[in-house]
Amino acid sequence: MMNNSSSSLRLRASWGALLATPSFTSLVTVALLLLMFALGAFGYDGFFSLQVVLNLFIDNAFLLVIAIGMTFVILSGGIDLSVGSVLALTTMISAYLLHVWHWHPLLVIVCVLLLGGVFGAAMGMLIHFFKLQPFIVTLAGMFLARGLCYLISINSITIDDPLYVAMSQTRLEFGDAFISPSVVIAVLMLALAIYLAHFTRFGRAVYAIGGNEHSALLMGLPVGRTKIAVYAFSGFCAALAGVLFSFYMLSGYGLHAQGTELDAIAAVVIGGTLLTGGYGYVAGTLTGVLILGVIQTLIAFDGTLSSWWTKIFIGILLFVFCLAQRLMSLGAARAADANAGGNVVKPSAQVA
Amino acid sequence: MNSNLLSEHDKDNASPWHGLQQALRHPLARPLAALAVLLLIDFFLIPGFFRIEFKDGHLYGSVIDIVNRAAPLMLAALGMTLVIATRGIDISVGAVVAISGTVAATLIGGTVVMHNGVPEYASNIPMAWAIAAAMGAAILCGAWNGLLVATLGLQPIIATLILMVAGRGLAQLLTDGQIITVYYKPFFYLGSGYLFGLPFSLFIVAGMFIVLALLMRKTALGLFIQSVGINPVAARLAGIRTAALIFFVYIFCSACAGLAGLMISANIKSADANNAGLLLELDAILAVTLGGTSLAGGKFSLVGSVIGALIIQALTYTIYSLGVPPEVNMVVKSVVVFLVCLSQSPEFRRMRFSPSQSKSLP
Repeated sequence: MMNNSSSSLRLRASWGALLATPSFTSLVTVALLLLMFALGAFGYDGFFSLQVVLNLFIDNAFLLVIAIGMTFVILSGGIDLSVGSVLALTTMISAYLLHVWHWHPLLVIVCVLLLGGVFGAAMGMLIHFFKLQPFIVTLAGMFLARGLCYLISINSITIDDPLYVAMSQTRLEFGDAFISPSVVIAVLMLALAIYLAHFTRFGRAVYAIGGNEHSALLMGLPVGRTKIAVYAFSGFCAALAGVLFSFYMLSGYGLHAQGTELDAIAAVVIGGTLLTGGYGYVAGTLTGVLILGVIQTLIAFDGTLSSWWTKIFIGILLFVFCLAQRLMSLGAARAADANAGGNVVKPSAQVA
Repeated sequence: MNSNLLSEHDKDNASPWHGLQQALRHPLARPLAALAVLLLIDFFLIPGFFRIEFKDGHLYGSVIDIVNRAAPLMLAALGMTLVIATRGIDISVGAVVAISGTVAATLIGGTVVMHNGVPEYASNIPMAWAIAAAMGAAILCGAWNGLLVATLGLQPIIATLILMVAGRGLAQLLTDGQIITVYYKPFFYLGSGYLFGLPFSLFIVAGMFIVLALLMRKTALGLFIQSVGINPVAARLAGIRTAALIFFVYIFCSACAGLAGLMISANIKSADANNAGLLLELDAILAVTLGGTSLAGGKFSLVGSVIGALIIQALTYTIYSLGVPPEVNMVVKSVVVFLVCLSQSPEFRRMRFSPSQSKSLP
């Protein structure tokens, strides 16, 4: 029989081990998501239904795609502020090509996706070759893309192409609920991203660069190529999100998706990815996006709370998660200190 | 600030040619040249650009207009300079502008009072108190940012992102989503009043600049801030209380933003929680970079940031008055940022001066 003190010690040790596990914040996020959903289910009539869950995906498909791209950028230790405006630019160019030049919709989609990738790659090259700060380069990219939107037109352009309308109105039956084709695209993208991040050489290089770029270079990893690829991927994701957004809104407009980059960053952080880079899960980003979606749904269901509460709640959540991450990395450093006698190990080292 | 330049200068200060070279290499040469080019374009393309008239007891003219409109940006840029000098960044400036503007506007408001038979607007509470409350709110925001960055050690960009997202929400909460209009006349003086013929906002900026410049030059504060930016660990080991310094810098930045918010809301005679100071943080960062302060921290130039803010406002003015659609403004701005960043990058300079080396870049 175990005596009392040793069992409590073991309990504390296992609790400490759980706290120190890198995936702890991700688990907390999932728990929080479930808790918030349960809260809604108990508080409001009609909240607990499959359609509400699927609506989360339908309304946030574009945000999910953008946040996936952002996850890779943040994992590599960078940041991409241009995604919201690239999204707007994509909707604008698609609308213009369809409305004025009467291009075939598939050709338009291929074109804008390529354009997004090239835009991202160009920023990546500036960041890599000239050692510029990602923050300022993507900030300029953000201005540039928004400005280009207004150069095309300052008004909203309606999209009435049959394919776009079909994509917007098709309902894929899912039991007695439904989803839109955009959700399928977003989920496929998520699967691809998970594969890329966790099962390919590219993914491992991204984690390594985020952990320590210099070490990654010394290890012989293709740092430059990977960094440029990461920004190109983010640009591509933003363009794809733009395509999904134009399915959703059926218009191109320069004011579309203002501030989406902040939502995407918030989703990534809440999803448990460390902002310093090198640690996180792509799947966590899905949880982050869903949490943002649940907050909006809760506020919509409540009806008495105004829309600005969304911003305040997101701010509070961001704070809580940043704090948790910070305390954890402090704890991990201290634990590593105690174990290895002064060798401070970042949690990222366990993954990279 | 440029000690190595000075020591070089001491070695060979012979010919005037050298003097010119030194002047060209001065950190302020580039932003000044950019501003000069811009003003030259204005001089040739906009008739009467430099004409200044004296009407109704104050000065009128394009130049005065540019300086007046640049005032909030100059203030925000001054605060941002110190934050960037400590390797930080504050992207909550716009949100703080919205908060201080709405606090002041809500507290002042304006109710009709009969005064000697003439209806007049009176402020809800004395204006000084309202302004103090607005500045207090701004300083509180700064303390929050400072706490997160200095005490908790969060990354500056993410720590201030929290306030950037939540701040506008809080401001909207205060106004209940409405645009608050101010009717109390004396408040407008902050934004559009004139003193000795010059815009009053200019005096605020000048006062702030002089105080700051004195603090940085006459005390060790400037040196401390630079050393924190160059190497935070070394600075701490050398006995500088880095945490307290960083905390102070964020408070100062928010206070500047709060003052800018008062000016903006006094100028438009209302407070719009949604749009006041939108993207001001980005313009402020841009002004600081244009002024030659590196985003990597360390050396900073207050004069440079003021010049940077003037460049941005002059650019906007030029674009508007040349009849170019204002939408181009953003594209031009982004191209300017790209060029400035490239010109600051040592890799780019190396590539330009010795093309053979460019191939060896990874």
